[in-house]
Amino acid sequence: MHENRTLDWRPLLRAGLLAGIVPLYTAAIGMVEVFNAREVVQGLLTLGEMLVIFPSLVVGYLVALGLRRSGSNPLVTLASALIAGFIAALPVTLLVLINAAIPLRGMFVSVTPKLIEILLFEQEQMLTGLALLIGALTLAGGLGGLAAFIPDRFRRALIVSLVVVILSGLLSEFIKQILQQFISRSLLKQIVKGKSLTSQAAAAIFVVTYLVSLFWSTKGQDVKSWYAGLPAAQQRQSRRVWRGILGIFLLLLPWIMGPYLSEVIDNVGLYVIMGLGLNIAVGWAGLLDLGYVTNFAVGAYITGVLISTGPLGIGARLGIDPLNFWMIIPIAILAAMFTGFVFALPVLRMRGDYLAIATLGFGEIIRLLALSDWLKPYIGGAQGILFISKPDLPGLAELLPLADWAPGFVELAQKKGVLSGLLKLLFYGEFSGPQELYYVILAGALLVLFVALRLNNSRTGRQWMAMREDEDAASAVGIDITLTKVLAFTVSAASGGLAGAIFASKVGTIFPNSFSLLVSINVLSLIIIGGMGSIPGIVVGALALIGLPELLREFSEFRLLLYGALLVVMMLVRPEGLWPSPVIRREMAAVEEESEEPPPTDKGTPETPQALHSLWEPTD
Amino acid sequence: MRARLYRLNWVDVVLNTFRIVIIVAVIVGAFNTITSGKYTGDQWVSLIMSGLAQGSIYALIALGYTLVYGILLMINFAHGEVFMAGAYTAYFLATYSARKGWLESQPLLTILSWILLAALVSMGVAVLLERVAYRPLRGAPRLVPLITAIGASFFLQYTFKGLYGSAFRTYPEVAALKGSVEMGGAQIPVVQIFVFLAAVVLMVGLYWIVEKTKRGKAMRAVSENKEVARLMGIDIDKVIVFTFMLGGALAGAAGVINGLYRPQGVNFFMGFFPGIKAFTAAVLGGIGNVPGAFLGGILLGVIESLGPNLVLDGLGIPAANQLKDVIAFTMLVLVLIFRPQGILGERLAEKRA
Repeated sequence: MHENRTLDWRPLLRAGLLAGIVPLYTAAIGMVEVFNAREVVQGLLTLGEMLVIFPSLVVGYLVALGLRRSGSNPLVTLASALIAGFIAALPVTLLVLINAAIPLRGMFVSVTPKLIEILLFEQEQMLTGLALLIGALTLAGGLGGLAAFIPDRFRRALIVSLVVVILSGLLSEFIKQILQQFISRSLLKQIVKGKSLTSQAAAAIFVVTYLVSLFWSTKGQDVKSWYAGLPAAQQRQSRRVWRGILGIFLLLLPWIMGPYLSEVIDNVGLYVIMGLGLNIAVGWAGLLDLGYVTNFAVGAYITGVLISTGPLGIGARLGIDPLNFWMIIPIAILAAMFTGFVFALPVLRMRGDYLAIATLGFGEIIRLLALSDWLKPYIGGAQGILFISKPDLPGLAELLPLADWAPGFVELAQKKGVLSGLLKLLFYGEFSGPQELYYVILAGALLVLFVALRLNNSRTGRQWMAMREDEDAASAVGIDITLTKVLAFTVSAASGGLAGAIFASKVGTIFPNSFSLLVSINVLSLIIIGGMGSIPGIVVGALALIGLPELLREFSEFRLLLYGALLVVMMLVRPEGLWPSPVIRREMAAVEEESEEPPPTDKGTPETPQALHSLWEPTD
Repeated sequence: MRARLYRLNWVDVVLNTFRIVIIVAVIVGAFNTITSGKYTGDQWVSLIMSGLAQGSIYALIALGYTLVYGILLMINFAHGEVFMAGAYTAYFLATYSARKGWLESQPLLTILSWILLAALVSMGVAVLLERVAYRPLRGAPRLVPLITAIGASFFLQYTFKGLYGSAFRTYPEVAALKGSVEMGGAQIPVVQIFVFLAAVVLMVGLYWIVEKTKRGKAMRAVSENKEVARLMGIDIDKVIVFTFMLGGALAGAAGVINGLYRPQGVNFFMGFFPGIKAFTAAVLGGIGNVPGAFLGGILLGVIESLGPNLVLDGLGIPAANQLKDVIAFTMLVLVLIFRPQGILGERLAEKRA
């Protein structure tokens, strides 16, 4: 076979510079500096350094992989990877040099002395620092190139275990919070120190995941076929056991996680509720709604007015007792549905992109009205509504003389621990903190999930999907488009109202600024990134988009930047989402099978499967 | 007659009631305000003039939406950010030149240099946007590029926040544009006249490019029919890039002009509301129609400026100026419901319009 022995410069330059943009960009917008505060492995690697070094590693790997596939000489391949890594170092080197000549900070506020220090690996001398920087990035390119020589199976295990180590490094603060309830303090210190993993823990995690994923890649198929070979009854039983374990896990989750993490889970849960609702309009009916916050705001404000014990609540205004949280839930849902209905009417005849902008306008109108002095006497204007009470249920201790019957249990409820919290909630029925409110949110999410699952396979659900695929065809087979659209907006609004009610009661005070466009964008992003029309996708999307940034405060500063980038990249690379709905996955598989039947004549770029195109109306 | 009444859809009934309610509210509000004599004629003139100035800024941004829509049939949601990029970058040159004293010695040339820089930066951002985010998706279903555009919009906002910081900045004061001229008994600030004239000059320039140059002819051909244009030997990609460049340049210029008119509030978020309002203006005038965008911008500016005082005040709503943006958004929804083809737009086939 003909071996390519010469270096191909042009693609190398392109790939290297593309990779070099990442450290330059992230340094210039301040990401490197902010992320540098988070160590992944103690004393070894910070997240900021990863941003600088990783692109070189990746580009070296990709360049080497491409050259190996085309049958290049190993030495040329390795040299190419090194050179790509070297080129990737140039843009950021240039930044350091220019900044030394003309201080850039007057314009680019993020180019701070601290940033330069980080980029120069804390060297006093600029030249040694630059040499280190260039050397490190070149070396990273070479390492990436070497990785391309490892056989497939081992390489995959390597990548998986690296990702796991990095993730657990990032989340080590929370791993610590969870672990400290179960293991001794001295052992904990061996694993997590400060906010990062110790190097021995990182090494241990790496080795274990490496072995496990290696085992799975060789034996995984056997395990799967063993499971598939089990009798049906046994399979069903094992599934039931798994479901039971999941249920118990969900029930105990807040007490395992502790109060801070429960707060995060609560927020994720609220977004799951909203995501499930918006998914009806966007994912199933194909109506891109950018004003979902309207429903959330209506739910929250109606809750605020009806149950607040402050001056704006009906208690103070009309002299009636404020309503109870549980009574407000149906009212909030109905109010949101009514809003959804009213706002659906004007947009019924609008085409997709006009509809998006019009709904965005609705969301802003609601926020501006809530802020205005005009409605201030009713909903508080910029000061918002205060003193919204928390949910409350009659507890067992109030219903039964528990203290006489089982004093041990009552005593246990006063202590700290996984079971005590749950017992306390059962005995006294006060949903005062994030750990207790979790159950309200869980119940809400399960309710919405149930409704969504039932709707998905119902006649109405099918009508929505038919309308999404082709409005004219749906209308021709007798679907009332007007009614179907109105229904989609109305039903989708319901869970926004529910989330709003829970939110208002959870935070206790609501301000117009909590109801900005960002809520709509958050919900929309999590649906699209999780996978349009897919219910598990929404949970994955909410965990990734709402949960992660709250866990990693460094991320939250760049949250919207990352959302934006993710939306663009997702649309370009994987428009079906992280966890696509089975319908879309099936259609994609069908397209792949079809295209496999006739052998491909030429190696063109793979086209987006047709199935995706039917997700939304065609271009013309 | 009876048959027609019978065929009236219930949605139409609701929407027409809505339309009547709005019209009645506008008439009652205006009537109340005018009969109350709360504002003098001069005040109305100055309100209209400031509306014209603000509207011409909207118009310049709206042209970018309309040009892109005319050719690609897509809403470039991130166009507001293109505007912000130019305005924010030129701010640094502006403060620098004010510090160096160039602004006092050569005001016109200095302002021109700001406009040039802003136009270049915005052009760069617009072209990059097209290349990275929109071109790969050209054949995709309509909503895919829209979602990309929303993503790109946030990406650009927070990129500039990272680059330039989140502080609110203020353009330097231009001594040459201070003062006012008397016109029909009202004092009109020179700045407003300058803004309006600058916008008209840019608009005429654009009109000339689109109507008289070969590039413009190619643009019109592509917007008429892409396939036929390709067969005639027109490089579609080049035309599209040129369109984004034109729109970007106008947005950048609008950024500086906006900075002269309203020096405060230069920030990474400054493009968002003008972007939506300019989109409203483009729809109002008839999207895809160049003179329509200008007309729509001016109209929106005047309505937004008069509306709170003329209508909302008359309806007894306190602090009506807070609801300025509500008027703009309501206009958007009203136009989209009742005349989606806009004032100057032709009726397009259902699928296109």
